[in-house]
Amino acid sequence: MAPTGLEIYKLLPKTNCKECGFPTCLAFAMKLAQKGTELDKCPYVSDEAKTALDAASAPPIKLVTIGAGERAFAIGNEVAMFRHEKTFYHQPGLVARVKSDDPALAEVAARAGGYEVERVGMTLRLDGLAVEHAGGDAAAYAAAVAAARAAAPGLPLVLMSADAAAIDAALAGGVAADKPLVHAATAANWQAMAEVAKKHGCPLAVRVEGGDVVALAELSDQVHGAGVEDIVLDAGTSTLAGDLAAFTQLRRLALKKGARALGFPIFSLSAAPTWQAELVRATQAVAKYAGVVVLDHLEPAELYALLTLRQNIYTDPQKPIQVEPGLYEIGAVTADSPLLITTNFSLTYFSVSGEVEGAGVPSYLLVADSDGQSVLTGWAAGKFDAEKIAKTVKDSGVEQKINHKKLVIPGHVAGLSGETEEELPGWQIMVGPRDAVDIPSYLKTVWSA
Amino acid sequence: MSAVEIPAEKWPGAVREVTLGSSYGGGTRASTVTVGGETTLPFLAFEGSIPHRPALAMEVVDMRPEDWSPELQDAWGDLLDDAAGWAAQAVELGADLIALKLRSCHPDQGDRSCEDAVKTVDRVLAAVSVPLIVYGPGTADKDNEVLVAVAERTKGEQLALGLCEEKNYRTIVAAALGNGHLVIAQTPIDVNLAKQLNILISDMGLPLERVLMDPNTGALGYGLEYTYSVMERLRMASLMGDSMTQQPMVCGVGEEAWRQKEGRAATDVPEAWGALAERGVAWEVSTATTLLEAGADVLVLRHPGSLAVMREALDDLTKGA
Repeated sequence: MAPTGLEIYKLLPKTNCKECGFPTCLAFAMKLAQKGTELDKCPYVSDEAKTALDAASAPPIKLVTIGAGERAFAIGNEVAMFRHEKTFYHQPGLVARVKSDDPALAEVAARAGGYEVERVGMTLRLDGLAVEHAGGDAAAYAAAVAAARAAAPGLPLVLMSADAAAIDAALAGGVAADKPLVHAATAANWQAMAEVAKKHGCPLAVRVEGGDVVALAELSDQVHGAGVEDIVLDAGTSTLAGDLAAFTQLRRLALKKGARALGFPIFSLSAAPTWQAELVRATQAVAKYAGVVVLDHLEPAELYALLTLRQNIYTDPQKPIQVEPGLYEIGAVTADSPLLITTNFSLTYFSVSGEVEGAGVPSYLLVADSDGQSVLTGWAAGKFDAEKIAKTVKDSGVEQKINHKKLVIPGHVAGLSGETEEELPGWQIMVGPRDAVDIPSYLKTVWSA
Repeated sequence: MSAVEIPAEKWPGAVREVTLGSSYGGGTRASTVTVGGETTLPFLAFEGSIPHRPALAMEVVDMRPEDWSPELQDAWGDLLDDAAGWAAQAVELGADLIALKLRSCHPDQGDRSCEDAVKTVDRVLAAVSVPLIVYGPGTADKDNEVLVAVAERTKGEQLALGLCEEKNYRTIVAAALGNGHLVIAQTPIDVNLAKQLNILISDMGLPLERVLMDPNTGALGYGLEYTYSVMERLRMASLMGDSMTQQPMVCGVGEEAWRQKEGRAATDVPEAWGALAERGVAWEVSTATTLLEAGADVLVLRHPGSLAVMREALDDLTKGA
C-alpha cells in the first residue's frame, strides 16, 4: 500500500531546510504521497528512510515478466479486486502443459506455439508452454526442454520439476536466456530452487499444498530472503472452491493488507481430466485473479473461449470497446436485402447484429464511426448525425451492392430522417425500432424492398 | 515477520431468499427450489453463509425451434416436438427447474391462443415435479394476454413469470400477485434500472420474496463483461444492505450463447474455433461460469452437455478446498 503523507513525513529529517523547493518537510511529504515530486529532491534523506520509502511505494503486486523477446508476457501489478473499480491491466498468461516423457512433446509444443485466433481485429495466442518433469533424470529433462523450445521457438516456457538439479540442467542448456518461469520451490526444496533461480535470473514459483496461504507467505518470504526478486504464488488448491478462496485471499492480502510476501502474481494449475471441467476452472481463474493459467487440453474450442473471455474481462470498463466501422453482411445477402445503420459502440453493434441474425432476414448493416458511442449518446455528442450517416453510406460503397435506396435508421434518432434525406438525395429514410429486440418483427413486417 | 492473517469480510446485508414452486395452496410441486440468502460474495463460504446453491434451469420451448443451432437440434432430437417429454428428460438429466417458453403464441410463430398455452403449461406441470419458469412469447401485447391466462389457471403453483419489464410490469405483477406466483424482472444491463424496476414492483404490493431479477446478459464475446460488472455491482450493493438490489439473479445463458455465430456455425469458420459440437458447449459453459462468479442464482441453459458440466462445477464450488 502506498504510504500516506504523514508516514513519509516521519522518515524525513524534519528540518524544514526548504532545499527541496517546498516550504516545510510536511509539505514535501504530502506532495510525495501524491507522487507529485521525487524523494531525491531531499539532499538529507537517510539511506534507511530511502529504502523504507522505496519499498512502501512499490506496487502492491509486483509486475513479473515471463519469457524473453516478442512473446514475453508480464503479469501482476493489479490494483483492484473488481474491474468496475479499476481496470485489470495485465491479462493472465495461458500456458499449455506437456509431460517431458510425452512422445508427442514436440508436436504438442508446436501446436501450442502455433495456435492463434482472430477476434475483433486482434490476434489472440497462447502465452507459454509448461514442460513437466515426468520420469527420467536431469539430463533427460534438459533434453525434453530443449526439444520443446526448438519446436515452439520464442514461446515462453515454464519449467516444472521438484528437482532443482533438473531445472539447473535445463537452464544451463541455453534456456536461461529465455527467462522461463521455474516451478516450483516448496518447503522441501526451496533453498536449492532459490539458488538455481537466482543463478540464472529466472522468476520462481513457490508452492504449498491445499491453499495454505499462511505457509505460502512464509515460503515466499524465505525465497525472497534468499535473493529471488520475481516470485509467482501457487497455493496448491485442487477444487473450484479452493482456487477461488485462495486467489481471493491472496489478492486481498496484497491489495488491502499490504502483505509484501504475497504481493506477487498467482499461478493457477487449472488442468482437469476433461476439457470441459478445465474450461470451467480456467474461466474462474481468468475472472478471479490468476496471473498464469496452466491447461492440459489443447482443445481449440476451449482455447478460443478462454482467449475471448480474457479479452472481455481485461478490457477497460471506462473505455467503450469499438467495432470497426464499415459495411457488415449478415446472412446470405442479395441486392434486395435491407440496409440498416447503427453506431460502432460494441454493445450496440452486438445487440443489433444479434437481432438481425436472429431474425433470419439477410441484411446489410452499416456501422458508423461514432467514436464508440451508443446511438443516443453519439447523437447527443454530434458523432451520429445526418451528415455522419450520409458520409457513412457514401464511403461504404453499398450503393454498388444493392438495387434499392432505402436506409433504416434507429428509432431513437427518428428526428434525423428529414435531414438525412436532404443529405442523401434520392434515398428513402425509414425509421426503424428504438430497441434492437424489435428488429426481427420490423424486418418481417415493415420492410419490403 | 509476523504471520499473515486471513481477512474475512463481513457484510451488513444479504440476498433475499426466493422460493420457486409450491406443494400446497394449489401448488402441485413435489420439490421446490430456494435460491438467494447469501451473506457474502459468490462461493466465499469461508467468510459468510451461502445457504442455497445456484439452480440450473433447462429451457424448453412449446414448439420445435427450427432456428436453433443444429447442435441443439441434434442433442434433443424428437423431444423438440414434445415440450412435456423434453421437460421430463431435462429433469432426468438433473435440471433443478424447467424454463418453459411459450413461443408458439407469438404472432409470427403460429399465434396460438392463450387456451393452448395453458394446456401446454398443464402438460409440462404434469410431466415434471420440479418448479417452472414460464416465459411469454416475447412480444409485449401477447405476453400480457398469455401470462395472465397462465397465471390464473395455475393459481398457487408459484411459477416465475417472465419477462416482467418496465413496459408491462403492471400487468405481470398483478397476475402474479393475485395468483400466488413470482415474477422475473428484466432490465437492460444497468444497476439503477434494475433497482428502479424492483421499486416499482414492490410499490404494487408484490413481496420482494417473490421477485427474481434478470440483469440481461450478453454472451461470451458479445458484451458479457458489461453484465459481469453490473452483476458484481448489484451483488455488492445488496450485501451493503441496499434493499432494492437484494433479489436473486437469473441469467438467460443458453439463449445468448447459442444464438451467436460461435454457437451455430458448423462450417466456414476458422479451424482455431474448434468443431461446433465442442464450441457451442464451450461458449455456454464459459458464459455460465463467468456469470456464476458475478452472482448468478439461476442459470437458464439449453444443452444437456452444459447442464452436466455445470452440475459438476457447482458440486465443486460448494465444497471445501
